[in-house]
Amino acid sequence: MRIENHPILIFDRGKILSFFFNGEVIKGYEGESIAAALHAAGIKVLSHSHELHHPRGLFCAIGNCSSCLMVVDGQPNVRVCVEKLREGMRVETQKGKGCLTQ
Amino acid sequence: MRETEVLVVGGGPAGMVAAIEAAERGAKVVLTERDDRLGGQLIKQTHKFFGSQKQYAGSRGIDISKLLEEKLSNNPNIEILTETTVLGIYEDGVVTMEGANKHLKLKPKRTILATGASEKFLPFANNDLPGIYGAGAVQTLMNVYGVTPGQRVLMVGAGNIGLIVSYQLMQSGVEVAAIIDAAPKIGGYLVHASKIRRAGVPIFTSHTILNAYGQEFVEGAIVASLDDKWQPILGTEKDLAVDVICLAVGLSPLTELCWQAGCEMKYIPEFGGYVPRKNEFLETTVPGVYVCGDAGGVEEASAAMVEGRVAGISVAASLGFGLNIVQDLEAALKDLDQLRSGPAGEKILKGLEKLFARGKQHVS
Ligand SMILES: Cc1cc2nc3c(=O)[nH]c(=O)nc-3n(C[C@H](O)[C@H](O)[C@H](O)COP(=O)(O)OP(=O)(O)OC[C@H]3O[C@@H](n4cnc5c(N)ncnc54)[C@H](O)[C@@H]3O)c2cc1C
Ligand code: FES
Repeated sequence: MRIENHPILIFDRGKILSFFFNGEVIKGYEGESIAAALHAAGIKVLSHSHELHHPRGLFCAIGNCSSCLMVVDGQPNVRVCVEKLREGMRVETQKGKGCLTQ
Repeated sequence: MRETEVLVVGGGPAGMVAAIEAAERGAKVVLTERDDRLGGQLIKQTHKFFGSQKQYAGSRGIDISKLLEEKLSNNPNIEILTETTVLGIYEDGVVTMEGANKHLKLKPKRTILATGASEKFLPFANNDLPGIYGAGAVQTLMNVYGVTPGQRVLMVGAGNIGLIVSYQLMQSGVEVAAIIDAAPKIGGYLVHASKIRRAGVPIFTSHTILNAYGQEFVEGAIVASLDDKWQPILGTEKDLAVDVICLAVGLSPLTELCWQAGCEMKYIPEFGGYVPRKNEFLETTVPGVYVCGDAGGVEEASAAMVEGRVAGISVAASLGFGLNIVQDLEAALKDLDQLRSGPAGEKILKGLEKLFARGKQHVS
């Protein structure tokens, strides 16, 4: 959920952007991370673990832990917590370890 | 290859101050930050800082960051590279980095590592479910992006970070179901704890989390009391319906670059993990490589800034810059002592004692 009223902070949100999450159109703001936009849209499951296929979400949100790897515009293993949203971006749940020649 | 006099890795409070101090004395400085903005942890700190007045206590972290940024951008000796991650430090002194999908190389005469810390994890069943976040992640979502992490939170850890983030969650309209801590006493300041209790949030000490549950993401958590041997007591389990579990169980220094540079490392529990050995001027055992802030031992922003000052003055001095180096250094070291003189500094002093244990040998 987006915070609208905050006692201290004013959120200067950028331009509204559309992007695709597994084919579905989602809106977010320019300047925010993919993970933040997905989270605001209620999407918490970002990937699955390799061996046991457990659902995975973000953990650190600053690019330290690699818990948030997704396929972005065909490129696997992108840390979506530190990748900024762009208009028309295709964001997909990653299956397995990802393949660079995809 | 590009050269510079000083490279500062990390644009948090420690790195920003180090860059300013070195540049003000005449050194050419390149400051790299992997994020798209400077400030490190400060950009999420909406509360008024505790600590010494001299180190901006009473100001909000976000405002301190802006102040430092202004100083940085007004200094022609400083080049700021944001969205630039330092990847490696090689034996011949070459530092490699990635910025805007390019591989960059730089040869600095001195390197200051101010990479900060990363959050600790906690072992419990289903701790990999989505909805389990580090306290810093919750702050980033809510205070940087204005997105709430969920609706109802279990906070694990009643240190200052756990308490402050709980309060910030409430300010964002998120319910905090409870704060638990394994220790028998609240670790954070009582002013923070009272504020939270007054708002109706229970703080359970001597409690731990046994497991999280949920299909695709967190739907709840089971917590239980601990006996005096820190073992869960059967029959005391409580089931909390929460969709977020926030871990505020400490930080450990981000030291990959120290390891890679070949710094001698030592495990210091008081500092949150392995840290590089250093002398009082903050130079590590690798000549020319300095460390300051949380990367050299987890402490707080005020200390990180004074350490940045020490490191900045030290590198400038070692390069032959600066007029009143001795006085400036002495003043900075005195401020550091003063910061650590209170009860909160005891742990840090104990850690430092261990770090310097083998006869205070100085590297340079
Ligand atoms: C909730 C919370 C409340 C706090 N409250 C207080 C308070 O009231 N008072 C107080 O004094 N302190 C407080 N602190 C602590 C304080 O924020 C930290 O101690 C301080 O920010 C440490 O500064 P630093 O510069 O060492 O690290 P950081 O602020 O973590 O900065 C490190 C920077 O380095 C960057 N970096 C890391 N690796 C690389 C790389 N390889 N290449 C390029 N850049 C890199 C990171 O992106 C980051 O920006 C609080 C902390 C938290 C989490
Ligand atoms: S959540 Fe840790 S790297 Fe993205």
